[in-house]
Amino acid sequence: MLGSAVPVPADVAVEPAMPDVLPPIKVRRGLAGFVYRHPTIAFGAALLIAMLSIAVLAPYLGTVDPTALSPAKRTRAPSAEFWFGTDMFGRDVYSRVMYGARVSLTVGFSVAILASLAGLAVGLISGFVRWADGIIMRIMDGMMSIPPILLAVALMALTRASVTNVVTAITIAEFPRVARLVRGVVLSLREQPYVDAAVAAGTRGPMIILRHILPNTLAPMTVQATYICASAMIVEAILSFIGAGTPPSVPSWGNIMAEGRALWQVKPFIVFFPAVFLSLTVLAVNLLGDGLRDMLDPRMAKRL
Amino acid sequence: MLAHIFRRIVATIPVMAIVALFVFSLLYIAPGDPAAVIAGEQASPEDVEKIRKGLGLDRPFVSRFGEWSWHILQADLGTSMFTGLPVTQLIVQRLEPTLSLMVVTLILSITIAVPMGVIAAWKAGTWVDRGLMAFAVLGFSVPVFVVGYVLAYVFALELDWFPVQGYTPLSAGFWPWLENLVLPAIALGCVYIALIARITRASMLEVLQQDYIRTARSKGMGQSGILFVHALKNAAVPIVTVIGIGVALLIGGAVVTESVFAIPGLGRLTIDAIVRRDYPVIQGIVLLFSLVYVLVNLAVDVIYTLLDPRIRY
Repeated sequence: MLGSAVPVPADVAVEPAMPDVLPPIKVRRGLAGFVYRHPTIAFGAALLIAMLSIAVLAPYLGTVDPTALSPAKRTRAPSAEFWFGTDMFGRDVYSRVMYGARVSLTVGFSVAILASLAGLAVGLISGFVRWADGIIMRIMDGMMSIPPILLAVALMALTRASVTNVVTAITIAEFPRVARLVRGVVLSLREQPYVDAAVAAGTRGPMIILRHILPNTLAPMTVQATYICASAMIVEAILSFIGAGTPPSVPSWGNIMAEGRALWQVKPFIVFFPAVFLSLTVLAVNLLGDGLRDMLDPRMAKRL
Repeated sequence: MLAHIFRRIVATIPVMAIVALFVFSLLYIAPGDPAAVIAGEQASPEDVEKIRKGLGLDRPFVSRFGEWSWHILQADLGTSMFTGLPVTQLIVQRLEPTLSLMVVTLILSITIAVPMGVIAAWKAGTWVDRGLMAFAVLGFSVPVFVVGYVLAYVFALELDWFPVQGYTPLSAGFWPWLENLVLPAIALGCVYIALIARITRASMLEVLQQDYIRTARSKGMGQSGILFVHALKNAAVPIVTVIGIGVALLIGGAVVTESVFAIPGLGRLTIDAIVRRDYPVIQGIVLLFSLVYVLVNLAVDVIYTLLDPRIRY
């Protein structure tokens, strides 16, 4: 009131305006800005989208039936007609590799989603239900003591080969890690004053989970999910490669390599092409994961 | 100290019990009829019944599990359904190549990865750091058998520096033994090296900001002394943890590496067992490798207390 009412006398020094020494901050907005700030995410996402497009558009990419046999044209080297050559049954490796993207990506994404959901459920129960915590975590410790590939192998030995069973087996092998992560987050959040406040205010358990716990688990879980996706694609390929994965009738990258294995010293291209595509896809997901981790958790970004 | 180690040893017992229970229960919780799956499509009902009897699926869960655990404690892992030989004997026969591969990989990976991480942390932000870390991301992404084939193609087929495939027992001499294991160990070690190098860098970066590093520098200590004596020792706990956890990757990868390089170890046994659906053998291998993994991590826990006297339980 007073300050504004009294007029400033003309002879009183007024604080000069800040000299304009700092260069103007260049604000990059929109997609270009995002790419500039997070090059790893952008590169990973672009590569992943390319692979997804291959999976979705496989029938329209100049492919032929990936299971069509033509014994007369077996083990041809890459040429204009067969871009990636043909395998020992005369099947077109290019078509098989394009269709193979479907299996790898389906397995990767399904396992990432299912393992996250299962891990979230078990982690929440373990974090909130005190008496169950000890038992659940011991079981998770036990499951985590079995190397994931061997656990998946044991499961696949008891079930028929199918993509669904591969997804189930890898999910069972991977979800305990998510459960442990979620439980850790829940335990640290339970001690937060705002959770105490919510409890004191009479907020019901499910509402606390929905409002306070879930939003805080989302970031670490997203990062974890990308790593699970990458690992699931590798495990699927390994399982198929050693004959415990998707049935041989399905062209998956692991299967193509398994079939090319016998000939790899003389016809290395049969193994080479699926290997390159698998590596690029896993690289894309890993880069996405690294980028997301840096973006969602700057403290971790500094450390790793 | 001794009490702590003893407590840790005792704590592995329930974990192994749960592993055993879980691996055993798989037969019962697997969807469908495992006996029919194992017998295969063309099996007659009598064959399925025989397999069911062989697996003990015709008897109640609890009594069967009790009997099975009792045998396991006496190192009797059951009988192979295909060969009729004891699983323990089959495993012991194949143990040496796998163990050799894993030990060589472990030593090779640590000697490569730790200096790599230290140098990346020292040169943090420069192109050396970026190059090493780009290599680490690649190491994570390229599956072990792909690395295996590339290495075998370049260094064995084209350059002829190493044998393409096979295994020579240690009893035939150290160099022939090692020569066969170099390429498989590098292939298998790739993921492991990437993992250890990343953690080493991260852990070193944190330590290098500490005051005692500045003190060491100001008293005129050389760069390598600071990095490898002061910093690495203090950064060691997370590195050792990851070396322990990463053994799971080594175990899974070993199965595949053995198949690429035709090494007659446990990996080959596993793959043969998968093709024949010889579940007792798979069960035995899973149990053994889980035990190895648990014991390695027990050793890691003990090493903690030796590395860092501040850690007391």
